[in-house]
Amino acid sequence: MRVTGKGLIDRSTPVSFTFDGRRYDGFAGDSVASALLANDVRLMARSFKYHRPRGVMGAGSEEANALITVGRGSEQDPNVRATVQEVFQELEVFSQNRFPSLEWDLLALNDLAAPFLGAGFYYKTFMWPKSFWERVYEPVIRRAAGLGALSGQGNTDRYEKAFAFCDLLVIGAGPAGLSAARAAARAGADVILADEDSLMGGRLNSETHEIDGMPGAEWAAQAVAELAQMDNVHLMPRTTVTGAYDQGTFGALERVAHHRPRGQAPRECFWRIVAQRSVLATGAIERPVAFRNNDRPGIMTAGAVRSYLNRYGVAPGRATTIFANNDDAHRTARDLVEAGMHVAAVIDSRLEAPDGQGYPVIKGAQVCDTAGRKGLESVTYRATSGEEKIKTDCLAMSGGWNPSVHLSCHMNGRPVWDEAVQAFLPAPGAVPGMRMAGACNGVFSTHGAFVQGAEAAVAALSDLGITTEVGETPEAEDAPYRLQPLWAVPGKGRAWLDFQNDVTVKDVTLAATENFRSVEHMKRYTTQGMAPDQGRNSNVAALAVLADATGRGIAETGTTTFRPPFSPVPVAAMGAGAQGRGFAPERFTTSHKASVERGAPMIEAGLWYRPSYFPAPGETSWRQSCDREVNMVRSAVGVCDVSTLGKIDIQGEDAPAFLDLVYTNMFSTLKVGRTRYGLMLREDGHVMDDGTTARLGQTHYVMTTTTAAAGPVMRHLEYVHQCLRSEWDVRLASVTEQWAQFAVAGPKSRELLNSILDETIDGERWPFMACGAVRVQGVEGRLFRISFSGEHAYEVAVPARYGDSLFRLLLARAGALGGGPYGMEALNVLRIEKGFITHSEIHGRVTADDIGMGRMVSAKKDCIGKTMSERPGLSGPEREQLVGLKPVGTVRQLTAGAHLFNAGDPAERAYGQGYVTSVGFSPTLESYLALAFLKNGRARHGEEIRMVDQLRGITARCEVCHPVFHDPEGEKTRG
Amino acid sequence: MAELIAKTPCAGLLPLEGGAVAVTEVVPEAMTLMAPFNGREAAFSDALKDAHGMATPAPKRATGREGARAVWFGRGQVMLIGARAQTALAGHAAQTDQSDAWAAVRIAGDDAEAVLARLVPMDLRQRVFKRGHTARTLLGHMTTSITRVGDDAFMILVFRSMAETLVHELQTAMKGVAGRRGA
Amino acid sequence: MRITCPICGERDRREFYYVGDAVLLERPDPEAGEAAWDDYLHNRDNPAGDTRDLWSHEGGCGAWVVVTRNTVTHEVLATELASDVAADLREARP
Ligand SMILES: [Zn+2]
Repeated sequence: MRVTGKGLIDRSTPVSFTFDGRRYDGFAGDSVASALLANDVRLMARSFKYHRPRGVMGAGSEEANALITVGRGSEQDPNVRATVQEVFQELEVFSQNRFPSLEWDLLALNDLAAPFLGAGFYYKTFMWPKSFWERVYEPVIRRAAGLGALSGQGNTDRYEKAFAFCDLLVIGAGPAGLSAARAAARAGADVILADEDSLMGGRLNSETHEIDGMPGAEWAAQAVAELAQMDNVHLMPRTTVTGAYDQGTFGALERVAHHRPRGQAPRECFWRIVAQRSVLATGAIERPVAFRNNDRPGIMTAGAVRSYLNRYGVAPGRATTIFANNDDAHRTARDLVEAGMHVAAVIDSRLEAPDGQGYPVIKGAQVCDTAGRKGLESVTYRATSGEEKIKTDCLAMSGGWNPSVHLSCHMNGRPVWDEAVQAFLPAPGAVPGMRMAGACNGVFSTHGAFVQGAEAAVAALSDLGITTEVGETPEAEDAPYRLQPLWAVPGKGRAWLDFQNDVTVKDVTLAATENFRSVEHMKRYTTQGMAPDQGRNSNVAALAVLADATGRGIAETGTTTFRPPFSPVPVAAMGAGAQGRGFAPERFTTSHKASVERGAPMIEAGLWYRPSYFPAPGETSWRQSCDREVNMVRSAVGVCDVSTLGKIDIQGEDAPAFLDLVYTNMFSTLKVGRTRYGLMLREDGHVMDDGTTARLGQTHYVMTTTTAAAGPVMRHLEYVHQCLRSEWDVRLASVTEQWAQFAVAGPKSRELLNSILDETIDGERWPFMACGAVRVQGVEGRLFRISFSGEHAYEVAVPARYGDSLFRLLLARAGALGGGPYGMEALNVLRIEKGFITHSEIHGRVTADDIGMGRMVSAKKDCIGKTMSERPGLSGPEREQLVGLKPVGTVRQLTAGAHLFNAGDPAERAYGQGYVTSVGFSPTLESYLALAFLKNGRARHGEEIRMVDQLRGITARCEVCHPVFHDPEGEKTRG
Repeated sequence: MAELIAKTPCAGLLPLEGGAVAVTEVVPEAMTLMAPFNGREAAFSDALKDAHGMATPAPKRATGREGARAVWFGRGQVMLIGARAQTALAGHAAQTDQSDAWAAVRIAGDDAEAVLARLVPMDLRQRVFKRGHTARTLLGHMTTSITRVGDDAFMILVFRSMAETLVHELQTAMKGVAGRRGA
Repeated sequence: MRITCPICGERDRREFYYVGDAVLLERPDPEAGEAAWDDYLHNRDNPAGDTRDLWSHEGGCGAWVVVTRNTVTHEVLATELASDVAADLREARP
């Protein structure tokens, strides 16, 4: 219920929202949890395994019970903490893991079966029959146990990624964090202050202590306002720092728009923050105590009750009982009494507990059971005098506080047990450049947090060469931290440790009994700490129970570690921007638009898009178009954009020697104005790439690479230059993008070119493999007489700005000659007919000898890959060698990827003779043709071999032949 | 004689406005990549000064101004942007014409830094990356050259073929930044 | 992870391309024999501790960089231009 006069909520802004379809009222500044409690709704969820009724246990991101689903359909977000979700007008939230409803959950039958569902139950029970796992057990278990569900629809929301940089990252904006940020900001450092809460201030917003004579929340608001005005400060509220990574990099999830109706803003932003130094000021999480039935709605941590009262103006119960082992929890009683609320009792496990101030304190007593089916009705405590029952509807429990050390563990740091505060503290230096301050470092007083925060900032700045002083810290409470350890109240029944994964004290002791004594084994056996909260509420208590059960101390038992992320990060945020067109850059040639206008389907070639074929009127299949385009090139002229091939400009005195080193064959002997085919090996002796290189001047070459290898070849050339021959005078530059280059191929290619070149060309001045400058309609261009089709062919290049225009002009002129454009399909058939290789053949496992180019590895010089290529096993008849295949049986179809077998051998791996790499239907030869690798293939021309495609179920008899099917003498190319 | 018609890399894609940012295409008269040969760095530097009145930029710096800049472009490389490279430079450096190889845009406005922070993994804050500073880095998955040409203005270069992707990435980031301002 | 390029300064790891051990700078003579070539190309240690490897600042200035780092702590201990290291190796050669 709402408490008048309390809280930081905005009572002038009422909002209404729905929970499971029912409408509730709240105020701006409420969380779903606080608004539901204000409406006396205590039952908010069902537990993971036993479907126990659950309410809220905390008031912040640590919440283990009250997970809800926000929104519906494609906007559905499951497993949102009701304590974190802010309410706004028309917000829709739903409970989860219940059937048919939260009030009447049939699966609560699991709770009755609890004696059988303890730790290891699944491992022990569902062992046979094996086939039942997938079909019976798993679906049933998955339905019965679980959290929220996905909608199954695509996520239509916008997410974002961003980078940020600062001198000092302060993680957490409680007293320690605010103090650190203020000290650093005032000294002029660039500061990022990130806090997961919507309202900065940490516990100052939940406590009633005064700071410098004003309410803590007011002081925090003033401190935040001061920071907000400074140019060197970047405040990041609603931002959870989720991971600490190498070299001062942090991941952080900003919930940009979960607190308001959908608009133009992204839902979330995943930040990569790079900080020179950092201050961890993440505070602490209050730990529950394990006792029988400690999970009923209405039972929460003592600090959470103060948060609801002081921050949200909500009393979670009408008669509250406090159960604690420390002084701090007594504040809850004091605050409630001051607010005019009824405190039934403070049950303190210590005999030396402080006296009550307007409320009874029962010293040396422990709560041992509770009652109330869907919400707490009473608690039973055990004192020296015996057991007593108290009627109460809210139990505020506290077993002390666990410092939030998580981020300090992300780089392999192990937290250290501290006897004085009975908690694990971050190991100093666990994350390079990070200092810890305040409660996360075991300093629990507000005054201590202020001092340590400022000190951490001053020390961090000093590392960066900025001198400043701690200065005066505000006046604040400095109470000592007094507690006596209490983890689990002995007794019968189930006492919960991990509320989120339904792990009880019994499960942990059972694990110890069954000899899972290591904390890592216990965790995996019981699933303790493996829920979304990653055990932040329960790990320490669980290992205290394990320590007790195994007769060891907590320090000796050790702790499991924490890995990123600190809280769940949606994949949608991590992968923001990478869907659809953002997945990879799209590279478009200058002829793209004209090709699309002609109806060409565009296919991906690496990042590039290239036309597959150009359908002519009446053509209904790609094969028709492809056959026509092949015939067109063979009989008239075809035009194809080849700009995607890599072009590397190589200049300098040592350019000839450089090319001799990277190519297997000689380029220093190439004449200026000529082009040569080159083969490039990797240093391990296998083929890396091939292409033509033109010599434009004495010390100036331009190399062509395949489309696929353009990047890797450039990197390789830079490696050879910088790492192996850095003294050589050679300069490399990619010019791929500068030139729009078109293949003009076919018997009428010269005729076509002469219709667009300013000066006509002839066979004498432009023989096969000639290259040089030309003018195209007044534009400076380049011409290369090279051929990838086997026809009389050229490649003409102009600066890319003219690419679109030249392509259209070429097509118009080609049309008049019976020619036109051809696409990748025809290009592929043309090159297969000629036995020209692509990366289908030079796929990384073949050598120069395998492809019949062994003699291209010059004996006169060293080159990259030469030494290794001479190794035994990298050449010779035992290897698979490039051959051509033609079908000779009744089955005429060949398929790429099929395997080769000798007639009579079974089609099994052990009998493999090779495989098919490329296949095309040749309209020229009216047959399927294939390129393949076959054992000792060069010596087997004329033999018959069996092609088997196991996937498509095709078997064909083939004749092994020379890989060049068409014009083997190259008369057409040269003519 | 038919005439070849020139098209700019971002033709039909720009200008673009959103939030407090405007993106426009930059069309320099020429772009020439120059890499001084071994031992010719000083001679090249003098020649550049004589021919174009610009000092050779140190790594990560750009010299000159709007219209003609010399922008450091990576290890041992300078891109002359705007002016056509004078013949006096020949012999001192390997030169390649890159006038058509890059899509160049100018992004300017109060949110320019915020937009780039969504795409570029390096520190571009004014305090660190000042006017006249330049970097080779990534924009999304693309290699890029970024130069601060004003207090709230940057010149960005990516490969010509990726102009559409550049505009798409900028547009997406701009929507996100503008969406926060609006909501 | 962040790596300091000797030219560009500290940059995000995504700008760099990793290749492997910096022994790749020490290409043996063609006649050096099989063992030398095996060591150059294939034989690698897998140290828990300091290691030197070769990276390319491909998403940056294009420099090849020798990075000395610790495989346990992930600390980057030193970065040098590969061309400088190569020059030193050349001078050291008889
Ligand atoms: Zn660099």
